[in-house]
Amino acid sequence: MATEPEAPEPAVPSLVDRYFTRWYKADVKGKPCEDHCILQHSNRICVITLAESHPVLQSGKTIKSISYQISTNCSRLQNKVSGKCKRGAQFLTELAPLCKIYCSDGEEYTISSCVRGRLMEVNENILHEPSILQEKPSTEGYIAVVLPKFEESRSITDGLLTQKQYEEVVVKRIHATTAAS
Amino acid sequence: MFPLTEENKHVAQLLLSTGTCPRCIFRFCGVDFHAPYKLPYKELLNELQKFLETENEEFILDIPNPPPKKIRLQELEDGIDGIDNLSQNGEGRVSVMEDGSIASKNSNLNVCNVCLGILQEFCEKEFIKKVCQKVEASGFEFTNLVFSVSFPPQLSVREHAAWLLVKQEMGKQNLSLGRNDIVQLKEAYKWITHPLFSEELGVPIDGKSLFEVSVIFAHPETVEDCHFLRAICPDCFKPAKNKQSVFTRMAVMKALNKIKEEDFRKQFPCPPNSPKAVCTVLEIECAHGAVFVAGRYNKYSRNLPQTPWIIDGERKLESSVEELISDHLLAVFKAESFNFSSSGREDVDVRTLGNGRPFAIELVNPHRVHFTSQEIKELQQKINNSSNKIQVRDLQLVTREAIGRMKEGEEEKTKSYSALIWTNKAIQKKDIEFLNDIKDLKIDQKTPLRVLHRRPLAVRTRIIHSMETRYVDEHHFHLYLKTQAGTYIKEFVHGDFGRTKPNIGSLMNMTADILELDVE
Repeated sequence: MATEPEAPEPAVPSLVDRYFTRWYKADVKGKPCEDHCILQHSNRICVITLAESHPVLQSGKTIKSISYQISTNCSRLQNKVSGKCKRGAQFLTELAPLCKIYCSDGEEYTISSCVRGRLMEVNENILHEPSILQEKPSTEGYIAVVLPKFEESRSITDGLLTQKQYEEVVVKRIHATTAAS
Repeated sequence: MFPLTEENKHVAQLLLSTGTCPRCIFRFCGVDFHAPYKLPYKELLNELQKFLETENEEFILDIPNPPPKKIRLQELEDGIDGIDNLSQNGEGRVSVMEDGSIASKNSNLNVCNVCLGILQEFCEKEFIKKVCQKVEASGFEFTNLVFSVSFPPQLSVREHAAWLLVKQEMGKQNLSLGRNDIVQLKEAYKWITHPLFSEELGVPIDGKSLFEVSVIFAHPETVEDCHFLRAICPDCFKPAKNKQSVFTRMAVMKALNKIKEEDFRKQFPCPPNSPKAVCTVLEIECAHGAVFVAGRYNKYSRNLPQTPWIIDGERKLESSVEELISDHLLAVFKAESFNFSSSGREDVDVRTLGNGRPFAIELVNPHRVHFTSQEIKELQQKINNSSNKIQVRDLQLVTREAIGRMKEGEEEKTKSYSALIWTNKAIQKKDIEFLNDIKDLKIDQKTPLRVLHRRPLAVRTRIIHSMETRYVDEHHFHLYLKTQAGTYIKEFVHGDFGRTKPNIGSLMNMTADILELDVE
């Protein structure tokens, strides 16, 4: 589990608690447990992050490297956005790959957008220091920022799970594995 | 003294017989001093008659006994009284005149074929009185005024035709007539009407006045007079986005300058024909230029937006800084609307302390504009008494330039802030002391996520000039900062997902958040 800032006084809501709504997508692209967490700001901007249950965030995993080169012709690092209307941004669909995470145990994980919209930026800080991703996946370790179309700002969450629904999915999984073992 | 001379006789006769009014005749004869135009229409017509008939016995051919002067004058008077009926009955009076005498036929009281009545009834006292009644009824306070008048574009076409006609006639006498030798319709109109306005309203006419009285004339009957120009000079008439008709005065003038005389004469009668009715008055409007009020405001509420917060027609938070200040001004100045601007602004949940933030309000179309400094003081008091969320000081009337100066200061200033910081890890006094020693810290701030939806994505370098800390408890301390203008303080504290570097959290190697912020 990631070491998220634990408020000693639970009454103090964090930055994320105050401004964002958490949405989840479980088993992205059918891959078990590759859960993503989308932080939706009240101004409709979405921050793509890994959910706590994602394999990369489990103890014992070491990240070797992260790459934004998702195909021969496309690197998310080349995304250039200009003006208030964010012209020139790469347009993403729900399944669009954002980056690839390579772990020391040979495993490779693709992180997907989960949300339709214009790509604003990808987090370059995790390129240089992959450990940030594991230490603070919900803040400094974010993957990308996406701006959905104005008309779609409500509907983009139609295919996503609420915090509560996500927690139920995780609980079900634990029971399933316990039952299996 | 009648302003026309022997030289002008042929032209005057020609114009009068083709239906042109005396004042237009003066214009085409180059009469460029005001006095003649100001005489009453009756008198002008009379004098013109007299002028034309002296030594012109040869004109009166068919009539053995020209009607005695007395009768003619009577007819003239009858005719003049009928001017007001012209709009309904333009040609009506002609038959009365046509009792054989060409001279009487020439006392044409129809609508002038050049000015369409502008220099006939529309420059006389009665009409001006009507306009002034409207001005007084509008409830504006003014000490001077500027009068603007707009004529239908067809007038330019008629003027052009009359010019060609007169040029030709003068050519027979080996005299030339340039466009600039003719007195402009608008100029003559203003010569006559300005003194009438001044007299009626008791204020001078001043081109720089902020109070504008505007009259717009139209002539629906001849609207299509201009259309032939489009066929000949199509590139002068490109449809512009906001204009209803492509035949604007500018476009028509442009085409008239381009068109060749032969082409013009083929399409438009020279002299112009006599219309049935005079111009109509499309609009009489009054408006006062904006006035500006400036001051400084303090904000004591953590729940007040700068501008009204309305989403999908629903107000999310009650009132706003601009409404609390401007609503009173709007009422007192009796203005149509306002534009509020300030030197920077603060978030809903941030207080503005200290001297206050400079602001300026543009009051649009104010009906009341003169206030003593005592009255302004009372206005300030009124605003301050009506709300404890904001307070205003240094309220004053300013010029438009003041706004520019206020905005300039925005970039250059250094700002002082006071913040309450929360930390996730427990801290001791010594843990925050190092912040006091940091001077002129350079930080890079990417556009904060909370404004990224309406601002371009960019990186801004800003300077934190100095900081001072005051320990509160294990998880809280006060932070006082002096920073460069345009610094996002909240993001400097919590780091905005690491997109502001360095930030308080990174400097202290823990997670920090901001609970309260005040700006000085």
